[in-house]
Amino acid sequence: MDPIVILQAGVATGTVLLFATLGEVLAERSGVLNLGVEGMMLIGAMTAFSVTIATGNPWIGMFAAMIVSGLLSQIHAFIAVTLQADQVVSGLALTLVGTGISLVLGEGLSKAGTVSLMPSFSVPLLSEIPILGPIFFAKQSILVYIGYLMVPLAWYYINHTRPGLHLRAVGEYPAAADALGINVFRLRYAYVLAGGMLAGLGGATISLAVSPGWFSELTTGGQGWIAVGLVIFAQWDPIRAAVGSYAFGALRRLILDIQAPLTLFGMNNPFYYNPYLGFFLQMLPYAFTVIVLVVGSREAIRKRLGAPAALGEPYIRGERGR
Amino acid sequence: MAESTLTKPRGAWRIRLEPRLDEPSTALSIGVSVGAVVVALILGGIVIAAVGGNPFVSYVYIARASFGSLGVLSDTIVKATPIILTALACSIAFRMKLWNIGAEGQFIMGAWGASAIVLAPVLPAETSRWLFIPVMTLAGLGMGAAWGLIPGYLKAKFNVNEIISSLMLNYIAVSWVNFWIFGVWTEGGFQMSPKFPKGAELPRLSDFASSIPFFRGLTTHAGLLFGIAAAVVLWFIVYRSRWGYEIRLIGDNPQAARYAGINIVRNTVLVMALSGALAGMGGMSEVAGVVRRLQTAPIAAGYGFTGIIVAWLAKLNPLVIIPVSILFGALILAGREIQPSGIPKMIQGIILVCLIASDFLLRYRIRIVKVGEE
Repeated sequence: MDPIVILQAGVATGTVLLFATLGEVLAERSGVLNLGVEGMMLIGAMTAFSVTIATGNPWIGMFAAMIVSGLLSQIHAFIAVTLQADQVVSGLALTLVGTGISLVLGEGLSKAGTVSLMPSFSVPLLSEIPILGPIFFAKQSILVYIGYLMVPLAWYYINHTRPGLHLRAVGEYPAAADALGINVFRLRYAYVLAGGMLAGLGGATISLAVSPGWFSELTTGGQGWIAVGLVIFAQWDPIRAAVGSYAFGALRRLILDIQAPLTLFGMNNPFYYNPYLGFFLQMLPYAFTVIVLVVGSREAIRKRLGAPAALGEPYIRGERGR
Repeated sequence: MAESTLTKPRGAWRIRLEPRLDEPSTALSIGVSVGAVVVALILGGIVIAAVGGNPFVSYVYIARASFGSLGVLSDTIVKATPIILTALACSIAFRMKLWNIGAEGQFIMGAWGASAIVLAPVLPAETSRWLFIPVMTLAGLGMGAAWGLIPGYLKAKFNVNEIISSLMLNYIAVSWVNFWIFGVWTEGGFQMSPKFPKGAELPRLSDFASSIPFFRGLTTHAGLLFGIAAAVVLWFIVYRSRWGYEIRLIGDNPQAARYAGINIVRNTVLVMALSGALAGMGGMSEVAGVVRRLQTAPIAAGYGFTGIIVAWLAKLNPLVIIPVSILFGALILAGREIQPSGIPKMIQGIILVCLIASDFLLRYRIRIVKVGEE
């Protein structure tokens, strides 16, 4: 129960959520709500694991996961953007399809044994920093470091670049963006694709780094849905998304680790002596997601913050836009 | 999107999309839904072939294993019963554009509530069926309603997204039931409760085989009557009552509903509670009619998610939900023995994708026109 060890593992676990949440931030910023994250993550985890087994190279597995999840996301883009259908039902359908296909193609993978994982390393100098060094920069998977880089990049991209401005315009006021010559349809396809690829990367992070293997639906265990919830908590901001993701990662680790020691704060550890209490620990990430949503929604009302104005609305050229 | 901007030489043909101004006819609407399911089965067949199976064998097997004889037809109806109730639960919430994805959790909590009456025990084991079943039904309805009320209240009070909150409650419900069957009500260390006493079981057709021999071996249980009764009541609520009118108006046009003085906050809470209660009743019917003990795997079997697809395929019409549920019951029943085991789930997902995509045909008329003759 070394807090540093828990936080170190928590950052790695949180990287899964980080990729999925960042991806969903991009898709939602363009105005497309994609509830298929869970399905895309699961198919990503399955693809990464099986391709790595077949090729022996986790990098190929990772890229395959991103491609497959990206392709899956385009089904949603087609239904939501081109066919202008209900995005809630379409996203839900995507999760069901992604889960179903993963179960069919992943049959037997759970007995496939071990694969070579993504490389882990410590960053020289940075890992020497007291407390923060061992948590963030010691013996982490390369995917964790990719996550660190992605957060400021995404923030800068969305808020301070011209393509980022276009992204926000398409999500807030697609009719105006269209009038300025921005291709609303193409951009929405592109950001749904980006969201899908990042969800796939999140899935690959599970099966190739954080908890290697294939455990059918339990591989993701609802993390895709937690990511969708975190986007609301994050107010569609990459930095808040990172804070939320790492906090949830640490919580997941804490739940695993708190059941091991004999004593807790000088008392007998109730979770060790009564393992059935572990079921209440398992509820915590989901209960916390609900709490985080309440906090996020209240804050949004108080500060008059909101979702991208066109979120969930199909853009129909020629209709009175908002 | 309404007008393609492609410019082609004169005389060329091109596809033109026109928004439909009128409601599509019932025949078209049914035709498109059936077409979507057929396309979904073809796509599913392609995936089955891709993983080395034979789709024709699989589909013929599904049909035979679910409708081939009176016995299996009865089993199909048993599988359809929980789906009817979860689909009704989804349909009433979706009608108001409340995305209750938590029917699964509400179903599980309903099953737990009904089981608690037997296992706590609230009523002694030798209680008569005439007292046991009504009390268990009330407990199932109540726990389901409570589990639906939470996201409903959070939505009404704090504008919390009900999709995610109801979904999170699904996972919590599974852990909750696991705690009770592992830790409290376990039967000799197994992951299940002891079997219910006779009085706590919903009667099956086969229970009457001594007087009506035709019923021998038929597993269909009284839960089906719950489902049919709930469907009829819900149909009257939705299409014939003032409350149903309010729910439909909020779903179609919340702005107009607000101007008409309809209390959206109150209706949000009430509809989510009703939705949860229907799912909870499904859970009760499943433990008392089929499983006859509390056990996680057969209860948390995804009926809540199938309910979403069935509700959508039935266009949220409570009476149409019954036959559609039977078709999905067939898929689930036969699917248990098909390898790989994920196939029924995959086909369900593909069906929903095709359905939602096919809605386009109901909103737009597709015309092939000659350029220059528009």
